[in-house]
Amino acid sequence: MHAQDKVVDPNEVVLWSDDYEGHDVISTRTFGFWMYVLSDGMLFATLFAAYGVLSYSHSYYTGPTPAQFVAPWYTFIQTMALFLSVLAYGFAMTALKSGSKAGVVNGIIASILLGGVFLGLNIHDVLRMISIGVTPETSGGLSAFYALTQVHAAHIFIGLIWMLVMLYQIMRQGFTEDTVGRLISLRMFWQFQAVMWVFIYIFVYLWGYMS
Amino acid sequence: MLVNVPGPWSPLLGRLALSEIPYTNPILAPLFIVIVLAGIVLIAGVTYYGKWGYLWKEWFTTVDHKKLGIMYIILGLIMLFRGFIDGLMMRTQQALGDGPGDNGMKVMGAIHGYLAPFHFGQIYSAHGLIMILLAATPLLVGLMNIIVPLQIGARDMAYPYLNALGLWITTAAVFLIMISLFVGDFSHNGWFGYAPIFELAYSPGVGVDYWIWTLELVALGTTLGSINFLATVVKMRAPGMTWGRLPVFTWTAVSANIIALTSFPCLQVALALVGADRYLGTHFFTAGFGGNLMLYTNLFWLWGHPEVYFVILPAFGMLSEVIPAFSEKPIFGYITMVLASFAIAGVSWIVWLHHFFTMGMGPYVSTEFSIATMLVGIPTGVKVFNWAFTLYRGRLTFSAAMLWSIGALFLLLIGGLTGMMLAIPAINYMVHNSVFVVAHFHMMLLCIVYAVFSAIIFWFPKIYGFKLNEAWGKIMFWLFSAGTFLVFFPMFMLGFMGETRRLDWPFNPQWGPWFDVQEIGIFVYILSVLAFLWMLYVSIRDRHANRVHTADAWGTSRSLEWLTDTPVPFYNFAMVPHINALDEVAWRREHGFMDKKPDHFKAIHMPNNTPIALYIGALTFLVGFGLTWRVWWLTLASLILAVILMIYRSNKGDPGYIIPAEKMEEMDRESKARMLSDDSHQVPHGGGFSGGTVTAYTALDRDASGSLTPPNDSRHL
Ligand code: HEM
Ligand SMILES: [Cu+2]
Repeated sequence: MHAQDKVVDPNEVVLWSDDYEGHDVISTRTFGFWMYVLSDGMLFATLFAAYGVLSYSHSYYTGPTPAQFVAPWYTFIQTMALFLSVLAYGFAMTALKSGSKAGVVNGIIASILLGGVFLGLNIHDVLRMISIGVTPETSGGLSAFYALTQVHAAHIFIGLIWMLVMLYQIMRQGFTEDTVGRLISLRMFWQFQAVMWVFIYIFVYLWGYMS
Repeated sequence: MLVNVPGPWSPLLGRLALSEIPYTNPILAPLFIVIVLAGIVLIAGVTYYGKWGYLWKEWFTTVDHKKLGIMYIILGLIMLFRGFIDGLMMRTQQALGDGPGDNGMKVMGAIHGYLAPFHFGQIYSAHGLIMILLAATPLLVGLMNIIVPLQIGARDMAYPYLNALGLWITTAAVFLIMISLFVGDFSHNGWFGYAPIFELAYSPGVGVDYWIWTLELVALGTTLGSINFLATVVKMRAPGMTWGRLPVFTWTAVSANIIALTSFPCLQVALALVGADRYLGTHFFTAGFGGNLMLYTNLFWLWGHPEVYFVILPAFGMLSEVIPAFSEKPIFGYITMVLASFAIAGVSWIVWLHHFFTMGMGPYVSTEFSIATMLVGIPTGVKVFNWAFTLYRGRLTFSAAMLWSIGALFLLLIGGLTGMMLAIPAINYMVHNSVFVVAHFHMMLLCIVYAVFSAIIFWFPKIYGFKLNEAWGKIMFWLFSAGTFLVFFPMFMLGFMGETRRLDWPFNPQWGPWFDVQEIGIFVYILSVLAFLWMLYVSIRDRHANRVHTADAWGTSRSLEWLTDTPVPFYNFAMVPHINALDEVAWRREHGFMDKKPDHFKAIHMPNNTPIALYIGALTFLVGFGLTWRVWWLTLASLILAVILMIYRSNKGDPGYIIPAEKMEEMDRESKARMLSDDSHQVPHGGGFSGGTVTAYTALDRDASGSLTPPNDSRHL
């Protein structure tokens, strides 16, 4: 049946959206941030691919291979710090549900401190490796090692700055559409970095240690 | 950490030095003077007419998706022209330099032709980068920016501020590549870059650095844009605009932006790693120290091939809007059209190896990628047949926009078939790196350019309220097509004759006649550029005569953007429409609802203008410039300032402003009054919902007996 065969009653037809209230700002933001996380995932995927391609024994040229310099137990402490930071952030988000400003602020502060521990340990680890001559200039394999781990660390650094900004905004503005939307996005960001870290820990540190 | 650069460096100026400015170059120095003079005239003109405030308020700080789109298109057209001049220079070099012996003009150190290899290399590198990323991409992004929100019944994009940011970052990239003309050199490694020639040891100048940061900036701008498009289409569709009613152009925008969102990060990583090699001394792509040359090529084309579909899919969408409007039929095979777009987007991810079959990865891998590449032909073929069936038994109007669209179909056919040939490794080994490949992808990219011109002519009246001059649009079309034929058919021939690409000295005298034909083609192209400018001039001069007095400028258009007033008011729709059908406007025309206005209005919320996006864009330019010249303080200061601005903006937020319902009603009345005239109620002659003629222009009414009858003044056809 053709659509034009149907006679449309002009008195019944709905041409304008009378009770359309516009799009939901927070859900639109969250969706957009999901999209960003997807592109960030591609960024890490590309770095992982580069790491994979540059992890043959000849990729390390005459320099050391990860088995000779990674410290999985040390990095395990980093892992725990990051996970606890995500957990603390999760507590902040449950506090957000009950509308408790103090809970959110405390959760984020704890999250920042634990994230700071992660980052501090990372910097310490990098300095240690450089001091024993494990530098990104040594070989293609080490270049890829540093690229992957330090791009992740840069994400953590950005996340920490973001958390500080959120602390300021929550204390000044309280829970508005803007701040709540950002808190939700930040949760996605933070959890995603933790997930990426799981991959890095397994493929770079554990695997590297064993091979 | 940082590597030592060859040559002087100072903390204050980095590698910048007076000797980097090519003031003795007989091409660049006059060009620079002309640009400076033109700039002075422009600034003086704007000052004289007191337009700075207007420009600042209405354009530089705007977050309106239509204005941002227009600026994207202007940017794209300017860069299209710059890229064309590069093309003209390359063609002239080959025409002059063909043949044995030294036949140079002895200028600028040229032994062959008039350009030294070093200059020629910069020109083809800039040409490719500009045409794909700074001409085609902004043109397409600009058109999507304008049309997608209108087609889904939204008031703006999901993130208007992010939209402005994308534009200004892209503009920063344009400035960066333009300034490379006058300060230092550009890369000479081709638009995609060869490992390891782009390493610092082999390319010690700043050219490669310009190339890296220009690409990084466009990549950033485009990724931001793609997030915005996806969120807009998913979250901001008007009520009733179900996925099954989404216009095909919007669908292709969705599929294209999925590609962009997922593939641009690969490019960003690939180039950042090149940067790491050059700045930090790492060994990702070096020939020794465990680096891997093919890693670069893989990462680049992992983005590179999806990218070519990122640019072709919106062009397909444009054809899918123009052809039905001028065939007065709905698009044939709507669902297959949508599915084909996504099939193309999906397959585009598994074909990248066809760009380097000659790397020699063995028959199994090559076969897989060969077959995957040929698979793309299936959905593309579906699309071509759908367009053909849309034309079939349609009531065709060969307007200028329609001519461009049909021209695009022919180019698509030639480009697609030659692509199929290239997808066969056995053939590819023969013609890889020959100008046959160059001719292939120019067919595809020109298909995009044709679609863009078609779309500009088609949607121009919607935005500006008057049509472009049809006669000059057609003259331009024929001139442009003659140019295309004269330039690119010889190129296919030369490919068969064994001419490899990027030759500053084509030594074989037998190629000479073909180069001469191509040179003639370039002059025909120049005529078509003039015809374009003349078309603009004539159209603006006669704008009152060419005024459009209806919402639906062509009388036979189909999708939602044609429902709102012409020109589109800043709020897009006074009342958000309720969508009842695919091809809503054709449906309303069919049932006589085009004249029905909303009987009441609601308050609306609009975002405020902001200069911060412009500032951040300018700062990203400084970051790129500082990195290129290794002026660390500039880079760091600009970066920190940009972050501070972002945080500042985030703290301030944008409350936007509310326009009350009474004001909306008043503005809507004024807008309608400006648009309509006495003859605007003429019955359109076709373009019914399912292709037939329109039976009633005014809504059917109930008569006394309760059955539906047309009112007396409506005309039956
Ligand atoms: C849809 C739009 C298309 C665009 C914009 C496009 C663009 C390009 C570009 C830019 C290159 C050259 C890369 C370089 O060496 O610099 C290329 C090469 C190639 N294209 Fe396309 N292409 C398109 C469609 C197709 C199709 C439909 C096919 C086949 C089904 C195809 C097959 C190939 C192959 C096999 C090559 C590699 C040739 C070689 O380097 O030896 N392309 N294309
Ligand atoms: Cu390809």
